[in-house]
Amino acid sequence: MPAAVKLENVVKRFGALEVLKGISFDIEAGQVVALIGASGSGKSTALRCINRLEQIQSGTIEVCGHRVEDPALDPRSLRQDVGMVFQSYNLFPHMTVGENVMLALKRVKRMDRSAARKVAERVLRQVGLAEKIDNYPEQLSGGQQQRVAIARSLAMAPKVMLFDEVTSALDPKLTGEVLRVMEDLAKAGMTMVVVTHEMAFARRAADKVIFMHQGHVHEVGDASILTTPETPELREFLDHDL
Amino acid sequence: MGDFSSGHMIYLLNGLMWTVLLSMLAMLLGGIAGFAVMLARISQRRWLRRISLGYVQIVQGTPLLIQMFLMYFGLGVAGIEVPALVAAALAMMIYSSAYLGEIWRGSVLSIDNTQFEAAETLALTRWQSLVDVILPQALRIATPPTVGFTVQLVKNTSLASVVGFLELTRSAQVINNSLFEPFLVFGIAAVLYFAVCYPLSLWSRILERKLNAGRRQA
Amino acid sequence: MNYEFDFAALAPYWQSFLAGAWVTIQLTVVSVALGLVIGVLCAVARRSGVRSLRMAAGAYIETVRNTPFIVQIFFIFFGLSSIGLRLPILWAAVFALVINVGAYAAEIIRAGMDAIPYGQIEAAEALGLTKFQIYRDVIIMPAIEKVYPSLTSQFVLMMLTTSITSQISAEELTGVANNIQSNTFRSLETYVVVGLLYIGITFLMRGAFWALGQIAFPRRRRLGLL
Repeated sequence: MPAAVKLENVVKRFGALEVLKGISFDIEAGQVVALIGASGSGKSTALRCINRLEQIQSGTIEVCGHRVEDPALDPRSLRQDVGMVFQSYNLFPHMTVGENVMLALKRVKRMDRSAARKVAERVLRQVGLAEKIDNYPEQLSGGQQQRVAIARSLAMAPKVMLFDEVTSALDPKLTGEVLRVMEDLAKAGMTMVVVTHEMAFARRAADKVIFMHQGHVHEVGDASILTTPETPELREFLDHDL
Repeated sequence: MGDFSSGHMIYLLNGLMWTVLLSMLAMLLGGIAGFAVMLARISQRRWLRRISLGYVQIVQGTPLLIQMFLMYFGLGVAGIEVPALVAAALAMMIYSSAYLGEIWRGSVLSIDNTQFEAAETLALTRWQSLVDVILPQALRIATPPTVGFTVQLVKNTSLASVVGFLELTRSAQVINNSLFEPFLVFGIAAVLYFAVCYPLSLWSRILERKLNAGRRQA
Repeated sequence: MNYEFDFAALAPYWQSFLAGAWVTIQLTVVSVALGLVIGVLCAVARRSGVRSLRMAAGAYIETVRNTPFIVQIFFIFFGLSSIGLRLPILWAAVFALVINVGAYAAEIIRAGMDAIPYGQIEAAEALGLTKFQIYRDVIIMPAIEKVYPSLTSQFVLMMLTTSITSQISAEELTGVANNIQSNTFRSLETYVVVGLLYIGITFLMRGAFWALGQIAFPRRRRLGLL
């Protein structure tokens, strides 16, 4: 089975600062991968390189058959296969929940309004927010907004979904409702790359855990490395985190 | 054609001098009247608030050009003979008092109301609270938009040309009537206005940025 | 002072006053619409990655904002006719007004665009929207919503500015007034009446913008923000 996402020797610099110092890993279709590490370790940057929100300096990234590092690649074709959910939700405040979900369906997938509305209803039901379709984002709690953001991304039927610290802005109660939605997605077979601080979630849901440290992939394994880490750096990180 | 001479330039510069003078006069008179408008707008007396609101609505609802005509002809029918400079300055006083009054009212109201309450618990009178506590804080906030308004003021002195005051725009018209070189003559006038207004615009923007930076730190 | 006001002398001219007011309203509507377009385009140009485009838009905006409208309209109207281009007066008036208000609108709209959080744009990129779609759906509309109050005050100021077009003999409200007062010698009364008409138009305009905001920004209506 070909990898859904494959990074090889990826280097990313911001000016003189080298954030990714030649990282490699791959993710199979249907896998849930947790990207963990201290802040500044490069995990969010790695995630953002996967759908080319950041342009890399060298190395290769292949995502669902797209050569991401190729300057000739139209990022829009890539992004139809790769969904992304952000820490700060980034819902469009001037649009209702339904309009948020329908925007890309209409503009990118060229669906008509009624077809887009049907998709929106389906994905919002999936995240448990069908009744909020005509509300505005600011009328929703943080957890609900984040679930809408997941639905918005899900509506495009991506092959891979990226989650960038999606619960960091939420209190524990709201975190739970978002993580439950993500676990449902994982069970349904979605390929997911999750940058997270929620070790409990990683233990439960991740098929693969990638620990990043100072711009390198430092340790890779299944969820068991979170209980029996091999490297002292991961052990220290886990101790700190608890 | 094309015989724009140094004499013409001196004539324009003379006009510019009157433009600057009228601007300063308008700012001085408008500032005093604007302060009164601001006080009336935040007064605790309802009738004073109502009247001053009406005044502001009327002034901000009519063109300065019409205000110029009204002042010019109004003084005329009242039998008061004044130079065009005075008529223009009085019209601009009324015009700027409304805008400055509103700018300053906004600045005063942007000061947290708890400052007023704190001053009152110290048994300061309302006037003392205003002068000693509120205004010094409001001043910082009011400065950038006030400087910004002076740009409007300088530009709007050009309308004094319609009541015959020989400032920069009128001077340019006079020269153009004899030379008929509108691009050149009005172009030079525009450059002269720009030379006065642009530094003020920049200054206002810098003050604004400083204020925002200070606020973000706070 | 023993001046006797005589508004009755103006009565025969009521149709002229209304015709002038109507021209003022037409000038305003056309200039607001076109000025908004210029404003949006220049605001986008000010944020462009192309340096020359940014500089050109900046130069235009600063030139207009730091020179008086009356000089601008003389420059355009008399300037163009000096090279043989005789525009109809109302066209020249609209042209000058659009150039003027476009620059002010551009600065206001740009401030609104700058206030859109960058994450909004990234989210739209991640959804696969084109640059044009992102500008239209995610930047321009919410930016205008944010600055709607300043934008509409600027447009009211522009309506008052239309009075200056009387100086190139446009037959709008002030131009009509100039004619009437020279016929009747009732200058003060004429300008009082015209002043009141301007106040009426100002309130009309504020009402129209309020209603327009209700239609254009359903979120503000729903959340009671307008």
